[in-house]
Amino acid sequence: MADLSINFAGIKSPNPFWLASAPPTNMGSMIERAFDAGWGGAVWKTLGEPITNVSSRLAGLDQGPLRLLGLNNIELITDRPLEVNLREVYECKKKYPNNAVIVSLMVESKREAWHEIVKRSQDTGCDAFELNFGCPHGMSERGMGSAMGQVPEYTCMVTEWVKEVSELPVIVKLTPNVAHIVPPGRAAQKGGADAVSLINTINSVMGVDVDTFIPYPNVNGMAAHGGYCGTAVKPIALNMVSELARDEEFNIPISGIGGINTWRDAVEFMLLGAGSVQVCTAVMHYGYRIVEDMIDGLNTYLDSKGYASVNDIVGLSANRVTDWGNLDLNYVVKAHVNEEHCVRCNLCYVACEDGAHQSFEFVESNGHRYPRVIEAECVGCNLCALVCPSPGAITMERRDDGSNPQTWRERTAS
Amino acid sequence: MSAYCSPLDIRQIEQNFAEINPAMSAPEALQEANRCLYCFDAPCTRACPTHIDVPAFIKKIASGNVTGAARVIFDANPIGASCARVCPVEVLCEGACVEKTLVKKPIEIGRLQRYATDHVMSNGTRIYEPGPRNGRSVAIIGSGPAGLSCASYLARTGYSVTVFERKEKAGGLDTYGMAEYKMPQSVSLSEVEHIAAMGVEFRLGVEICSDAEARSDGTVTFSDLMAEYDAVFLATGLGATNRLNIPGEDLPNVIDALKFIETIKTRDWHAVPLGRNVVVIGAGNTAIDAVTQAKRLGAEKVTLVYRRTEMDAPAYDYEMELARKDGVEFMWETTPIEILGDGAVSGIRVRQAGREFEVGCDQVIKAIGQQKMYSFFSDVARVETDEKGRVVVAENMQTSDPKVFAGGDCVNGGAEAVDASQMGKLAAMGIHEMLSGEKIEFAGAILRDPPKAPVDPNPH
Repeated sequence: MADLSINFAGIKSPNPFWLASAPPTNMGSMIERAFDAGWGGAVWKTLGEPITNVSSRLAGLDQGPLRLLGLNNIELITDRPLEVNLREVYECKKKYPNNAVIVSLMVESKREAWHEIVKRSQDTGCDAFELNFGCPHGMSERGMGSAMGQVPEYTCMVTEWVKEVSELPVIVKLTPNVAHIVPPGRAAQKGGADAVSLINTINSVMGVDVDTFIPYPNVNGMAAHGGYCGTAVKPIALNMVSELARDEEFNIPISGIGGINTWRDAVEFMLLGAGSVQVCTAVMHYGYRIVEDMIDGLNTYLDSKGYASVNDIVGLSANRVTDWGNLDLNYVVKAHVNEEHCVRCNLCYVACEDGAHQSFEFVESNGHRYPRVIEAECVGCNLCALVCPSPGAITMERRDDGSNPQTWRERTAS
Repeated sequence: MSAYCSPLDIRQIEQNFAEINPAMSAPEALQEANRCLYCFDAPCTRACPTHIDVPAFIKKIASGNVTGAARVIFDANPIGASCARVCPVEVLCEGACVEKTLVKKPIEIGRLQRYATDHVMSNGTRIYEPGPRNGRSVAIIGSGPAGLSCASYLARTGYSVTVFERKEKAGGLDTYGMAEYKMPQSVSLSEVEHIAAMGVEFRLGVEICSDAEARSDGTVTFSDLMAEYDAVFLATGLGATNRLNIPGEDLPNVIDALKFIETIKTRDWHAVPLGRNVVVIGAGNTAIDAVTQAKRLGAEKVTLVYRRTEMDAPAYDYEMELARKDGVEFMWETTPIEILGDGAVSGIRVRQAGREFEVGCDQVIKAIGQQKMYSFFSDVARVETDEKGRVVVAENMQTSDPKVFAGGDCVNGGAEAVDASQMGKLAAMGIHEMLSGEKIEFAGAILRDPPKAPVDPNPH
């Protein structure tokens, strides 16, 4: 059994699975139930000046029977009095000394305000702070959340204010609603952050009811853009994590967030450089219980790969993401149809005809009509293999001998 | 209620005759529709005799465009609502489904088709308007699947269509010949109504006769049709059930399967003649419909007797399985040689493996196929038939008389409703081309391989 415990920027946790700051971490009793279910840590729902929320608040993106591939929300930070939350943080930490309790903070952009909330919060015995510079809806209209995270100078400045008084590790939670994630990441580091977490939610309008013409989520006939999260955002989050992980100037730990449903998702974030992961949407969908298989699956995975500690896999794939100009132009793969696994749905055929390079034809074989690849036309794009429903029916096979790798940078330099 | 009928109460019988493929709820249909892979040049579409674009209609269900789904179905098959229930999907669309190959669980295409067609049939949506009148008229003899299909396409195209039916209700075997647990008569009749709503005239209770048989009381002769209409489509189906030609065949309580099934269709359950110990002779799909329904009506013992082996039985495997589940007994390689009884059936004498013996029973149902309508084609319609008595047609369903077309069981010797529907479609195309000189092609008439797209001439 592998060791799943982590020490993330000085924050100790029995496993890398944390609940992200969100509705599942709204209050002490919820977080305590989550710890009982197995969660290693939890980032408390953002504390600040209590707000008033609207109803309704959430909207989902479905595909066919798959519900909540994406979720968006317009809920704001905590609506509970600060002293109530702080008392519960204290009690929770006392009851669960081995779990990581991280307090998320967001107040107006004033040095005194940040100083005050940090000082009041660190008396609770919590393990760390997470600065919410990411919330893209509502709070940003008041100059908080992503309004701070979108300006690297502000990110740096507020981080410095917090570090002036904080005795605990400080994580800066970054917004993905920026053109490039590296400048705000570097700004957090420059401000003294001990780590960053990303991504917060993405600006989104979830859809429109085509019968009533009211967009979702309906607040008395109107809607506002909300923060998008869940499975659908995972690739965006992975890209941003990997951009920071391989940035030469950036060298503080990363807590990965965005579309993590399973241990496999978590492993992907860790391979690209995340030292811990945070989960929200999957818990909102299925409950705290999902952590059981995250732990079990991660354990099985680490054992099968022969890793003694989960920390051993952090960043293993980070350097395998590179710029396009560093990719080998002479690497050649071609699609191949394996008839014994082909169910003859012909999705490869039509995808290639209309979406790629017209590299398929039909052939009669064993009394059936099978799609076959015209290798001279195939550019090795993967599309056919991606649409194929039958495992093993289409394989991408190497057709160069590997003897002559050359990148675009090399080719244009010579 | 006579003693010679079902011993069960009506509630129990209704329960026994509940549809074996019930309607899908909206969430069920949505989930199943989303399971469809949306195959290209799909095997289900190839397997369907009317070549309904199955993935297209299923994706429309998934997108919430259920009316559009029904249109795709009716475009290729005007009797798509009844075919959804009575088609042998196991050997057609669902048998070809790639999900069957992949996960041993084909998409429930039949029930999805029912879901889509029910949607428009129940809310009264009119899918087709009659085409602009072209001044031409066509007479159709027979209102079964072939006749209805042809009538629908011709009406859509602008023809004035009159359907002649000798029975009191239209729909042919879809109305009178389908096992009640597969489809109630109301479905077929509502399909007829939809076609009538396009202006197709149905003349029921009219038998087309020869000039020699003509009477002054309004009989219609074939020559009348030839004189009054621009074309005639023969969709007469088959004739009476074959005779066994063994002693005792004309005893009371010997009934032919089609008559037995037809009586059940009235749902006047206790009016159906039923013994306690029933022997059904034959092993085709009609024989299965007879044994299963006799059992469901409450016969204590039902035995299927067939002169050849189980392997030779023409019934589909899944039909045979249904009979087995219903507790039917089988006697293979058993030849009936005499029906016994004095005034009523008391048993049947059979030969099996060179041995003769008696099987006790109080009812015999004959399900040994239907006769061809030899005399109608030779003496009334006067079209060429082959050595098996089937009307000979060209690809466009034209008979030896250029003005006369034919389709359905009278041409193929007896097949599925969906096969007849396709022939009705092809005949409508043939008739239109003959009368107008223009080619027309209805959905699913011709199965084509997809054209290969040009490849990029630039090297890559």
